Amino acid sequence: MNALPTSPPTSKPAAFDVARIRQDFPILKLSVAGKPLVYLDNAASSQMPQAVIDRMVRYQTSEHANIHRAVHYLSETATAAYEAARVKLQRFINASEAREVIFTSGTTESINLVAQGWGRQNIKAGDEIILTVLEHHSNIVPWQMLALEKGATIRVVPMNDAGELQLDQYEALFNERTRLVSAGHVSNALGSINPVKKMIAFAHARGVPVLVDGAQAAPHMAVDVQDLDCDFYAFSGHKLCGPTGIGILYGRAALLEAMQPFKGGGDMIHTVTFEKTTYAPIPNKFEAGTPPIAAAVGLGAAVDYLSNIGMPAIAAHEHALLRYATEQMTALPGVRLIGTAQNKASVLSFAVQGIHPHDMGTLLNQEGVAVRTGHHCAQPLMARLGVVATSRASFSFYNTLADVDALVGGIRTVQKVFA
Amino acid sequence: MSADPKALYQEVILDHNRKPRNYGELEQPTHHAEGVNPLCGDHIHVTLALNGDTIERIAFHGESCAICKASASMMTAAVKGKSAGDAKTLIHEFVDMATGRIDAKDGPHIGRLAVFSGISALPMRVKCAILPWHTLQAAINAEPNTSTEAEADPMHTPLGDA
Repeated sequence: MNALPTSPPTSKPAAFDVARIRQDFPILKLSVAGKPLVYLDNAASSQMPQAVIDRMVRYQTSEHANIHRAVHYLSETATAAYEAARVKLQRFINASEAREVIFTSGTTESINLVAQGWGRQNIKAGDEIILTVLEHHSNIVPWQMLALEKGATIRVVPMNDAGELQLDQYEALFNERTRLVSAGHVSNALGSINPVKKMIAFAHARGVPVLVDGAQAAPHMAVDVQDLDCDFYAFSGHKLCGPTGIGILYGRAALLEAMQPFKGGGDMIHTVTFEKTTYAPIPNKFEAGTPPIAAAVGLGAAVDYLSNIGMPAIAAHEHALLRYATEQMTALPGVRLIGTAQNKASVLSFAVQGIHPHDMGTLLNQEGVAVRTGHHCAQPLMARLGVVATSRASFSFYNTLADVDALVGGIRTVQKVFA
Repeated sequence: MSADPKALYQEVILDHNRKPRNYGELEQPTHHAEGVNPLCGDHIHVTLALNGDTIERIAFHGESCAICKASASMMTAAVKGKSAGDAKTLIHEFVDMATGRIDAKDGPHIGRLAVFSGISALPMRVKCAILPWHTLQAAINAEPNTSTEAEADPMHTPLGDA
């Protein structure tokens, strides 16, 4: 059964001027294989609007210096731009304080930071960490490494065949050895929106902290870390119309203050002698060395751009796209949607009878349509689904109904090749 | 990148994908290897029955894309009845062609396998075409497992970073 996503739109799609928004993205004017680019690989990386490109150029041409150290004009300007970006991110996710926002290289480093900085202090032999079967490798491997080191155990929340987590099974996994839950907000491979608020409430009632991997949620919906009441929230800049190499770890201040640094080096210290080092307060304690300043400034511009459009409007437009795409794909003979959760965001994974995803991806590219094919760095999930790989179309707010039509037309063309 | 992928998916490749030759498992093989491409999850088994130095029987099975399956099918047809040494020569010629090191016409044993010459212009798909050949190499060398990645790849040294 291919269920249609039913999460309610939170604003009227008619007010959303996608044609005008597309003008902000120079890369969308490209042609591929002689056809207009239809970019549907946004779950891997979204594109960058001119405003973000311009902001990074301005930084590089008139503001660049190292931060937090020197007293000269450029260093003060760069420091101000970097810290202003932190405040923009704080507001974007409604963190209570800017110091709860740590700049990292991305979601992967954010999760590793918690696994090493919090986990090594707090996880011991016999403890249990709860993950879900929907996780991508970035939210599996760091915990496996920690579990191996400490003698801890990974417990996995199962899902039903639609790709929805089974909450009763989640609750049944808790016991006196449970020390942490780390769960994705939105599945990168299936688009399932997980009930993380409920999961957090259940965990907190048992004194268990929760990390939310928001890599696929932050670009597509309003995120409020105080409303979720999560302890950690991680996401990447490059899926959010920002540059690569930058991301965020939100952490509750009290937890961050109690954690050991993940990396040692410059700018994360208070005092250093050869006998002993004392560490800087948060967030600096977790930002050793010179950070990617231009990328942070660019990410700040990206969240400004998204906030100006409005995350509720973005979510509503993408919901309309997903609904239309689900209807169109369901009607295509030989096409099976993989992941049919009632509550989905932005992702349409599919299999086409008799055509391997890689062949689909290569031939869709000849139609100008960019989709992702493979296991989506979620091999345990693929094993649960009984497939080696899927084809995945993932939408952003700059995609259109015509993009969906191009995808559907492209699939028909590929089917003719293999007929 | 100048290749037209539609040209790559020409009838001979589609035909081998639809009706792969020598598909299945051999009874009483003398050699076997499984090859995996960890980047995409595809995997393929190659089983051989060597009589002395001659590949008397060969079969393959696994889960893979059309390019990989057709490459495996044509590979089995090409090496059946050949000596292991001649098969290794062909393996290297094919891999050199698929990775763009030589033109198809410069491989004296390539023959109909030239239909894969366009793959060299599609770097993300090169490993699809050469996975069966790596697996055959591993089987002949009595190495049960192989991969298209790093040191597990028996072609690692000659392939370099291809």
